Amino acid sequence: MKPFSYERVTSPAEAAAAVARTPGARFIAGGTNLLDLMKLEIETPAHLVDVNGIGLDRIEPTPEGGLRIGALVRNTDLAADATVRRDYGVLSRALLAGASGQLRNKATTAGNLLQRTRCPYFYDTNQPCNKRKPGSGCSAIGGYSRPLAIIGSSDACIATNPSDMAVALRALDATVETVQADGTTRTIAIADFHVLPGKTPHIETALKAGELITAVTLPKPLGGTHIYHKVRDRASYAFAIVSVAGVIQPAGQGRIALGGVAPRPWRVEAAEGDLPKGAKAVSARLLAGAKPTADNAFKVSLVERTIGAVLAEVKGKA
Amino acid sequence: MATFPELELSRRGILASGAATVAVSGLPQDDAQAAPSQTVKPVSTARVSFTVNGTPQKLELDTRTTLLDALREHLQLTGTKKGCDQGQCGACTVIVDGRRINSCLSLAVMHEGDSITTVEGLGTPDKLHPMQAAFIRHDGYQCGYCTPGQICSAVAVLDEIKANIPSHVSADLNTPARLSGDELRERMSGNICRCGAYSNIIEAISDVAGGAA
Amino acid sequence: MKFDTPAGTNPIDQMKVVGKPVDRIDGKLKTTGTAPYAYERHDVVKNAAYGYIVGSAIAKGRINSMNVVDAKSAPGVLAVITALDGPKLGKGNSNTANLFGGPDVEHYHQAIALVVAETFEQARAAAHLIRVDYTRTDGKYDLAVQAKSAPLKGDGSDEGSGAPPVHRVGDFEAAFAAAPVQIDQTYTTPDETHAMMEPHATIARWDGDKLTLWTSNQMIDWSRRDVAKILGIPKDNVRLVSPYIGGGFGGKLFVRADAALAAVGAKAVGRPVKVTLQRALIMNNTTHRPATIQRVRIGTDRSGKITAIAHESTSGNLPNGDLETAVSQTRLLYAGANRLVSMRLALLDLPEGNAMRAPGEAPGMMALEVAMDEAAEKLGMDPIEFRVRNDTQEDPEKPGRRFSHRNLTECLRRGADMFGWDKRMAKPGQRRDGRWLVGMGMAAGFRNNIVTKSAARVSIDAKGVVTVRTDMTDIGTGSYTIIAQTAAEVMGVPLEQVVVLLGDSDFPVAAGSGGQWGANNSTAGVYAACMKLRAAIVQKLGYDQARAEFTNGTVRAGNRSVSLGEAVGQAGLTVEDGIEYGDLDKQYQQSTFAGHFVEAGVDAATGEVRLRRMLAVCSAGRILNPKSARSQVIGAMTMGAGAALMEEAVVDKRFGFFVNHDLASYEVPVHADIPHQDVIFLDETDDKSSPMKAKGVGELGICGVGAAIANAIYNATGVRVREYPITLDKYLDRLPQVV
Repeated sequence: MKPFSYERVTSPAEAAAAVARTPGARFIAGGTNLLDLMKLEIETPAHLVDVNGIGLDRIEPTPEGGLRIGALVRNTDLAADATVRRDYGVLSRALLAGASGQLRNKATTAGNLLQRTRCPYFYDTNQPCNKRKPGSGCSAIGGYSRPLAIIGSSDACIATNPSDMAVALRALDATVETVQADGTTRTIAIADFHVLPGKTPHIETALKAGELITAVTLPKPLGGTHIYHKVRDRASYAFAIVSVAGVIQPAGQGRIALGGVAPRPWRVEAAEGDLPKGAKAVSARLLAGAKPTADNAFKVSLVERTIGAVLAEVKGKA
Repeated sequence: MATFPELELSRRGILASGAATVAVSGLPQDDAQAAPSQTVKPVSTARVSFTVNGTPQKLELDTRTTLLDALREHLQLTGTKKGCDQGQCGACTVIVDGRRINSCLSLAVMHEGDSITTVEGLGTPDKLHPMQAAFIRHDGYQCGYCTPGQICSAVAVLDEIKANIPSHVSADLNTPARLSGDELRERMSGNICRCGAYSNIIEAISDVAGGAA
Repeated sequence: MKFDTPAGTNPIDQMKVVGKPVDRIDGKLKTTGTAPYAYERHDVVKNAAYGYIVGSAIAKGRINSMNVVDAKSAPGVLAVITALDGPKLGKGNSNTANLFGGPDVEHYHQAIALVVAETFEQARAAAHLIRVDYTRTDGKYDLAVQAKSAPLKGDGSDEGSGAPPVHRVGDFEAAFAAAPVQIDQTYTTPDETHAMMEPHATIARWDGDKLTLWTSNQMIDWSRRDVAKILGIPKDNVRLVSPYIGGGFGGKLFVRADAALAAVGAKAVGRPVKVTLQRALIMNNTTHRPATIQRVRIGTDRSGKITAIAHESTSGNLPNGDLETAVSQTRLLYAGANRLVSMRLALLDLPEGNAMRAPGEAPGMMALEVAMDEAAEKLGMDPIEFRVRNDTQEDPEKPGRRFSHRNLTECLRRGADMFGWDKRMAKPGQRRDGRWLVGMGMAAGFRNNIVTKSAARVSIDAKGVVTVRTDMTDIGTGSYTIIAQTAAEVMGVPLEQVVVLLGDSDFPVAAGSGGQWGANNSTAGVYAACMKLRAAIVQKLGYDQARAEFTNGTVRAGNRSVSLGEAVGQAGLTVEDGIEYGDLDKQYQQSTFAGHFVEAGVDAATGEVRLRRMLAVCSAGRILNPKSARSQVIGAMTMGAGAALMEEAVVDKRFGFFVNHDLASYEVPVHADIPHQDVIFLDETDDKSSPMKAKGVGELGICGVGAAIANAIYNATGVRVREYPITLDKYLDRLPQVV
């Protein structure tokens, strides 16, 4: 870990200004991903701005009937919130399927959105990685790619986004609220928040330098049955091989988003029209154009089977 | 459906297939061949005050010091263990302001004003915490290295259930969290025990909780 | 004490303390965080500097140059020692690759530099500033490819299992060809890593030319020898201290880079240095269980009698490395007149393969016991009946050489009753519970018992406190407690009156912890020393040796009686002795046996496997402490579950390293993977093993359980997977289609 200076701030504006003021500065909140990467010098901030004291830790109703989740709400608190459990069950379920109790107690809503890939070649700094060192090459291609992406990837990068929460947020059409150093605020649709790697896999989100996430808002509840089905080798404390976030309405229509298969939460709205036809039809459209490796081609059928399991569970609950 | 050819090699892969000079550095952004050039950044320190097991502590630390290393190396409270230093094993679990966290993934300087409980603060050999006594009774350990983390986690897990925090295996999100063997197994899964004492650990926790696994 | 005839009645048979499920005597320390592990010795070492190891970024090749200018000038740095300019170190007897590489690199993450600094943070940061220029050369990394040309090789592992390159009894080929029922299948097991929770760690301190290492090590005397050899100093100048070990599983049988480089670093900076291997380095820097390719052929007659059995295994290793002796149990487990085992060793440039919990049998049983399941199915026999029919009381290769004690059939029958085996559907894929396909599987368990000499020093003081000193280690096995129980039993004192000090090379050399030999041998050594102490006390008192009894803290003979404290007086009394063995292990085959039973659920949609129930019934001689022995067995069952279902150190066959080298990407079982586990010990003794009449049990639990899981998955799904670990990607397309 490279040396860094450290300061605490007390408001979002102060935080954004502090990062803008100091070269190489980064925000730190839970730290559960950033610190790990700093130890390996995959992340090398020169200055850390501790945002834990700036508030943004509340969950409040919005005038539109939705929910506004402060950026610093811990994953545990978000999963345990009564309104989230009642109206956005898929979000609670996704959070609870991720990491461990200890990590969820620290990890924040914003930090979860920003967590970086778990591709083992990204983590091993001896290996070329276009995400870690642009232009160095992708050693995952042709290497061990079982956990990696089957769609949305590029010739430069086949990493997956590891977040479970983001998959649920994608299904719920969440919006990310931010503030920039000059004080301007904006909202980014979750669909636009994570970007595909293309030739620039080191660019992972739509955030600009120094831009701070302040909240995630959810539209008014969708109703329906909420399911988050995560498939993994061990029963807990593991990243998804494939996950499916489903919000399914009584008539059979609904929303489906996938985790573990792409560089970002994977949702194809047009495919959802096929939900009443069943898993095979939806899966085929969701994964149209997929480019799996020999190691992870099984994910294509696993996606279909997991969507099938989700639809069967909905039927069972009806 | 197209697949990447199995044998398509990255640039590095081509290098690897024949003898070649490769330069590799621990420094991801640096060219290994470069002459010594960069200025090495001086160490940055910061002050922090927190309470550990009821005792106020004031420390001036290298900002890079994790809470785990502050406890183990600076305060010499070595009950909290370093198993991976990556948040992947749970041996470093401590309770901060009532909540269990991985102390390896938290900077010490970020704990200003916090109240930290480690395994040493739960009980001592002469005055065991009920959870510590139950681990002994049920042989809920073997090598003992993950044990402090398991015990801190177990104590916090029972509080989490009381506080109605749901888990991945909770059947219904809208009814109060329940105590069961499956609930404990899921909630304790962030604490790896390679000796494989799991079955006994769950019995120890159930014993303290007054339930059956 | 020489043990060369079967044990008669002796003080252990009183079973007042031995055999009782007492709590561990080190439990209060372990549960309160006050048991000191290697990196934590603030109590005895002040002012230690911090070392941080740099591992090679290539698997094979040469280091051209290392630029350490920035590292040396980094804040707090005291020394940078590199493979190019550091001392040339020797190689320990137990090491295959050098612990400190360079200029040639033998494997990925081989240590090539040590940075020593005032703080851990400074050492780590400076280590990242070292730049290395390598010339990479081609290496061999793919076992499947190299297996085709791998030569035959025989071996005995340091852990006791072994076999010659080819061993034949009768005419296997002819008998197999003639057998009406045949199984011929190939199974593979992957590279696995120990993943003990405590990383390898050492504090080194030099006092003149004397070196003390507080380290984490299973085999104190082996490692003391190797430290001396590596550093080129007399063994007498080396002291190893290892009272608490945060798991080893074979990964700490030998000295590793932390110990060697802590010593080098401490010498260089003139003060104590502490070094721990960072987690991400461990898998490639240290040893692992090598992958295997195993072919098993079984031929039977129509009645289910085995007429021909063959087991051939190929594994790989670095030059001068050993085999994974996966065929050894097949020489002993089942009867059959015509037999063949053989092993091949391929040359690989992967990190060093070496012992991991039950080397040989753990992966060997994963193949053999699935083949047995497949043969039983082909015969249309219940798998338990098939095994019982081929049970034997004598060494199948040496008719007339009997097992010292063998009760495999009872393990299987008792297990079947306990587990409700009669409810198993013989036809697979028949039982459904909601989304789960449910099946039952079983396998025999088998692991040899090894006898090896072991010594102890025993003292008694004026208060009657008995203190045992031996370099035996407790790696979670319960050594402290069973040694205390042994001393308490023999000396006739309460358990609380016994102090046990372990893991210090200043103490007499014990068996150490490996090969499930620790418990029986180390307690037998303590038994020998205690018997000598008894004799010394009786002699001092002038009592009749034949009539003296030790009970309730006193020694009595006839009407005469005195407390032990008074007997020895202020001076106390200390003796040293150990156990040595004759050839009872040659006269009799000494082994341990189990029946493993598993019920597994397989998600019909996703193929995820979740274990529902596990039972092991063990035949392993006298159980010295049923509580800690149960822990040994459930722990091994858990590691076996990992091997069956998830553990695989994945090789990057281009660059030659284990890719998933941390605890997130190399998955070991977590709480949620392991159901309640039942363990039954048959009530028995083995008088040929030692005066304790005990045998090993610490590895029996991992030998067979993986196959029982595989067989349960087959019973649930009807899909047979022969490549471990059995992950869903290997059979998803063969599961029943879901709607």
